[in-house]
Amino acid sequence: MIRVTLPAHLRKLAHVEGEVKLDVDGQVTQRSVLDALEVRYPMLRGTIRDHVTQRRRAFVRFFACGEDLSHEPPDALLPDAVAKGAQPFMIVGAIAGG
Amino acid sequence: MSGIRVLVGTRKGAFVLTSDAKRERWNVSAPLFAGWEIYHLKGSPADPNRLYASQSSSWFGQIIQRSDDGGTTWHQPGTPPGEPTTTPDGMPKGESNKFVYDTSSETGKPLTTHQWYDGTPHPWEFKRVWHLEPSLHDPDTVYAGVEDAALFRSTDGGQTWQELPGLRGHGSGASWAPGAGGMCLHTILLDPSNPNRIFTAISSAGAFRTNDAGKTWQPINRGLHSLYIPNPTAEVGHCVHRIAMNRSRPGVLFMQKHWDVMRSDNAGESWQEISGNLPTDFGFAIDVHAHEPETIYVVPIKSDAEHFPPDGKLRVYRSRTGGNEWEPLTKGLPQSDCYVNVLRDAMAVDSLDKCGVYFGTTGGQVYASADAGDSWAPIVRDLPPVVSVEVQTLP
Repeated sequence: MIRVTLPAHLRKLAHVEGEVKLDVDGQVTQRSVLDALEVRYPMLRGTIRDHVTQRRRAFVRFFACGEDLSHEPPDALLPDAVAKGAQPFMIVGAIAGG
Repeated sequence: MSGIRVLVGTRKGAFVLTSDAKRERWNVSAPLFAGWEIYHLKGSPADPNRLYASQSSSWFGQIIQRSDDGGTTWHQPGTPPGEPTTTPDGMPKGESNKFVYDTSSETGKPLTTHQWYDGTPHPWEFKRVWHLEPSLHDPDTVYAGVEDAALFRSTDGGQTWQELPGLRGHGSGASWAPGAGGMCLHTILLDPSNPNRIFTAISSAGAFRTNDAGKTWQPINRGLHSLYIPNPTAEVGHCVHRIAMNRSRPGVLFMQKHWDVMRSDNAGESWQEISGNLPTDFGFAIDVHAHEPETIYVVPIKSDAEHFPPDGKLRVYRSRTGGNEWEPLTKGLPQSDCYVNVLRDAMAVDSLDKCGVYFGTTGGQVYASADAGDSWAPIVRDLPPVVSVEVQTLP
């Protein structure tokens, strides 16, 4: 079971509260986690990564286990603690005013 | 008894303002889509309970919202809460925020670049939906004007969108350049007398018309004069801020340009300046009285460098002669220390008798006049900056 935290705006779009828990088949990577997230919550398609290029949106970052994983390759394995559900995969919106 | 529903898009959410036909007492909704930029909301003329909203943010991109009950509940088309969001074979039912430019060789000339601010080629990049224009006849058909400038259409209630590529591909697209607010397609006018005729306007490319339901397009900018482009009378490159029409006379168009108020009596074939005695002919919004096609409204703004009313006085100007002769409308509007702007999509009229006129400001006020502009009162004073105002006259 993979734990994913979403920023408030995306929790509202997905109609969820708190962490999202996902089953991910095979290797646990950014891509497989986001694929599973978007299958479960199709309303999030296009909000985290581009519909076509699948690139992370500029103001979105991925954190886990105290590390910034935003620039890791999408098919790189996520930390063991994320794969085992001990730590969440955090999807974070950039901090900005306005 | 009929009523009025005012749909207000702001920098931090949407608001629905409702009143009976007297237009004296208003109910202001709680914010919808709080925290998101709502560039535009509009109701279907064919079904007033069908509303569409453009919700966007720099963080999470574009979202389309739809209401089927007059704004009480909303959902992303194809993903209503509590219902399956995928088809039996696992595909998403809706991709309502997927706006992908058409680059196929069959349906238009593949276009890869327009001009950037510095004149260099720049790839087309979708940023947001500026304007949603529901079909006059079918609640499930709706047009979207987007940045970077293009026209999209949905025929399934907003679940999926397809570009009408003939507009970008008609020949001048590679020379279009953005204005300060971005290269946006902000005006979509559907001709009530001819379902094949659509007018659009783009900042800062100009106005365009199709006579074949969007397959082919032509620029309609003859008579426009713009000193900020190398050739002031070029076929394209004019920063049109807004076009308006009266539904009873769709061949007559009124335009607020980046400087100059213009009119066309031949569906855009040519334009004449009608700025007349306006204190300044810079501005963004323009609209036409619902029952008097020669009565038009603008909100003069001091200049392209100073986006607020001249002398700190918020004045709507009305012409009852189709332009050139203008009168200031001030009763109920602040006449000192007012430095707000009124953006291009932030003025609308109702179709009651007397015609109501509405506009919103970047200071968060929404003003209404129930007597065609003779007097004004704020419906609400302290919203986030207002981006758009639309009005529904309910049966």
